[in-house]
Amino acid sequence: MPSFDAIIIGGGTNGLACAARLQKSGRKVLVLESGSAPGGGALGADFAPGYRAPGLAHLVHMLDARVETDMDLARHGLSWAATDLPSTALSATGDHLVMEGAAGERLTGSVSAEERRAWAALRTELMAFADVLAPFKELTPPRLAKGVGNDVWQLGKLGLKTRMMGKDRFREFLRMLLINVHDVLNDELTDPRLKGLLAHDAVLGTWLGPRSPNSLIHLLNRFAGQVAGKRASLAVPAGGMGAVAAAMAASATASGVTIRTGAAVAALIVEGDRTVGVTLASGEDLRAATIISAISPKTTFLKLLGPRHLDTGFVNRIRHMKSRGGAAKLNLALKGRPDFRGADLRSRLVIAPDEHAVELAFNAVKYGEAPDRPVMEILVPSAFEGGHAPDGHHVLSAIVQFAPCGQAVGTDAIRERYRNQTLAVLEQHAPGLADLIVGEELMLPADIEARHGMVGGNWHHGELSVEQMLFLRPVPGIAQYQGPIAGLWLAGAGCHPGGGISGAAGWNAAERIVREVRS
Amino acid sequence: MRAKTAMKPDPRLHFQAPLLETPFHPRTSAANRLNAWVPWGGYSTVLEFEDLAMEHSAIRNAATVYDLCPMVKYRVRGREAAAYLNRLTVRNVAKLQVGSVHYTIWCDDAGKIVDDGTLFRLADDDYRICCQERHLPWLLDSAHGFDVTIEEVTEEIAALSLQGPCSYAVLKAAGFDVETLKPFRIATFPVDGGELMISRTGFTGDLGYELWTSPDRALALWDRLFEAGALYGIRPIGSAALDMARTEAGFIITNLDFIPAHQAVREDRVRSPFDMSLDWMIDWEKGHFNGRRALLAEREKGSEWAFVGLDIEGNVSAEHAIIYHDKKHEVGQITAACWSPTVKRNIALAHVKRPYHAEKSGNLWVEIYAMRELQYVKLMLKARICERPFFKPARRTATPPGLF
Ligand SMILES: Cc1cc2nc3c(=O)[nH]c(=O)nc-3n(C[C@H](O)[C@H](O)[C@H](O)COP(=O)(O)OP(=O)(O)OC[C@H]3O[C@@H](n4cnc5c(N)ncnc54)[C@H](O)[C@@H]3O)c2cc1C
Repeated sequence: MPSFDAIIIGGGTNGLACAARLQKSGRKVLVLESGSAPGGGALGADFAPGYRAPGLAHLVHMLDARVETDMDLARHGLSWAATDLPSTALSATGDHLVMEGAAGERLTGSVSAEERRAWAALRTELMAFADVLAPFKELTPPRLAKGVGNDVWQLGKLGLKTRMMGKDRFREFLRMLLINVHDVLNDELTDPRLKGLLAHDAVLGTWLGPRSPNSLIHLLNRFAGQVAGKRASLAVPAGGMGAVAAAMAASATASGVTIRTGAAVAALIVEGDRTVGVTLASGEDLRAATIISAISPKTTFLKLLGPRHLDTGFVNRIRHMKSRGGAAKLNLALKGRPDFRGADLRSRLVIAPDEHAVELAFNAVKYGEAPDRPVMEILVPSAFEGGHAPDGHHVLSAIVQFAPCGQAVGTDAIRERYRNQTLAVLEQHAPGLADLIVGEELMLPADIEARHGMVGGNWHHGELSVEQMLFLRPVPGIAQYQGPIAGLWLAGAGCHPGGGISGAAGWNAAERIVREVRS
Repeated sequence: MRAKTAMKPDPRLHFQAPLLETPFHPRTSAANRLNAWVPWGGYSTVLEFEDLAMEHSAIRNAATVYDLCPMVKYRVRGREAAAYLNRLTVRNVAKLQVGSVHYTIWCDDAGKIVDDGTLFRLADDDYRICCQERHLPWLLDSAHGFDVTIEEVTEEIAALSLQGPCSYAVLKAAGFDVETLKPFRIATFPVDGGELMISRTGFTGDLGYELWTSPDRALALWDRLFEAGALYGIRPIGSAALDMARTEAGFIITNLDFIPAHQAVREDRVRSPFDMSLDWMIDWEKGHFNGRRALLAEREKGSEWAFVGLDIEGNVSAEHAIIYHDKKHEVGQITAACWSPTVKRNIALAHVKRPYHAEKSGNLWVEIYAMRELQYVKLMLKARICERPFFKPARRTATPPGLF
């Protein structure tokens, strides 16, 4: 086995982005992926014979621009079946509302002129605030301590830009960072479909209801994302989400990165208070001076490294890091074309009749129960291109919230109930859908944790809530990607700026490692 | 005869008795002629029984008994007890043999001292921590990932400290043969269907022992010692006398000589093992322990404080005095002081800013405000840094001990 300068644990999008960036700095990099293929949440899944669906993620809207261009994903096979995807707020009566362009620049459907104006004004403001946040995604979070090598120049520039908004706008910005999305929607808008869709988007992937404090910031975070050079835009990869995983792996490999699959890391090797290598589940030891974990921080510290190599206070912080997942994944194999009362299948379909429906779906899981009427985001990849299902057949991919997580959940009764309630909501919006189903797969958060290693099944490897953002992410003290023990770094979604099919955390971590070693 | 177990009070009625009584209370209250009580760890304990000078003198010339019950005690058991304690504390627990005791400290993540105490190894996988402050949450949090159980056993153990040159003779007369027991070792004796544990430990820097039994045997133990010790001038002592003795011995007390990291409100009040001159205990080679990385960095960078012994001119006790360099610049403060009847010197324990503890220790002064008939008399007295302990008699460690 050749020797490597760096070992990266986890071949998800962040692990691959980190690997590519580090390899370009002249290091020899090995990526260890426990699964049979690299890609993590970006993998495709053959869930029924002849049907292929996105395994977890189905839409790209957070792709880090540096990853997209510097890894030259286009050259390595990534193209788009659709960009600037519209979103349809599905109505059970067929009175759909469609948001087109970046963050719903245009509304189509039966919407009053007054509501259009109100939305245009709110959207402008949200986009402006998202603009302020966007550049922070590409930065190492600052540290609060003095003289600790913050990127003072970059931070100063961003800070100045933020202050240039003027006092009133700045105050409004701070208010928006902390407020809940429900209140903002009800202050500004009236259309239940619009409010439902925005409330849904704000809490997608979180453990928050629209009325939970700080829920608006997720909407800003979403609008701060980009894909294919467009802010607040959605894209469907040609060939399915698996194509993103494949392109990233191909790019990393082309730049010289070695990727080993079927290589689950069971423990870190510590010598002289340094991590010097990893032990695989097979018992094999692999060594490198730099060890980078692109999997959940909780797993990294509590399982792979272990509390005995850490201080009690630090272990407490990691144990207390919140990592509840409320998003379930449903894939359906359909023998015909589903009909959502005429909605355009080449759009993102959202079932969230109003903001209260989203809140009610969250209420249930707070008490370990399955909601009566879950809300969901639906994509029909087979509506964009062939290859996902046999001719004339379709696959439906849905992210369904909120699924119960934690103790009460393993029970078959809850799973059964969640499935039935989800299918009932689908049937109501697409009559006849149930009769089309020829194969299905439902993954609750516990299943997602078991299959992908995301602790709690959480989208971000640890909740992306205000108290776990920036220099508080994943926990105070290690927010700059550097672990508490020499030789260990973090690069996964559990770090700033959080998850999504992005690679930003991995890229930032690599930049940090390169800078650290140079200085 | 076994004393009747004191009825445990109904915990809901705790407010009626803000301070608890120790199992020795019937004896200590009977002997407390001054009725001078102080709270300690939630218990009423005696400050002074009768006469401070006599009590201190008995520590150095006869035998004394001190009620140790309020000392906080934790039991740590399990397959990984040693590994757990090695991660918790700075010393190497692997070197602590069964039947032995060592003094130790433990730190938080930042390498600041949480508390000091003694660690008893009772059996292979069975340890007892004795300390000043309560730490159950920290001890339990530290247990995450270790196969250990931790319980507070403060109320399950009654303890007395028997200290002074005649303490060996008293034990012998009471029928406990500790002739071969070396310092920091433990012996056990059957008593009245139960067990008495005797460790050769103490807080006076003199020959002495600590006796550990169950609360229901407390009074019988007291009586047995006083009966055996009558001819040796045995007497009970309060914490005032002990405080003088421990100052002479150079020992520190949590919350008197340093503020524990988990209680300090002011950021600059916490102290590291280097600050307290306790870094000699750190085993850098044993593997990771709480605070190790922060302490390594401190070792590289240097520490702000040193903890020293002071010899001050005159005979006015300098408690809590400020220390000046060249009579001008504040460079430290005294945490414990007394005029020592044993060494006949005016001694103190103090925090001193480095390098005034060593290279620049030539010109140190102590400012004392002595209250003299309702007026402060301000004294500026010359102070010299000196070795601790101030008093270290050979009898403390002699084995077999002398039969004075
Ligand atoms: C239901 C659901 C739907 C989602 N939908 C979207 C979406 O539509 N759009 C979007 O942008 N984001 C979506 N996300 C979020 C996105 O999937 C994640 O944020 C993203 O995958 C995180 O990337 P990562 O590289 O940090 O980690 P991961 O993608 O989780 O990759 C980690 C990799 O490490 C491997 N691994 C784990 N443990 C070990 C080990 N011990 N040894 C070796 N390898 C190991 C795993 O197999 C995995 O391949 C969704 C998440 C969920 C849960």
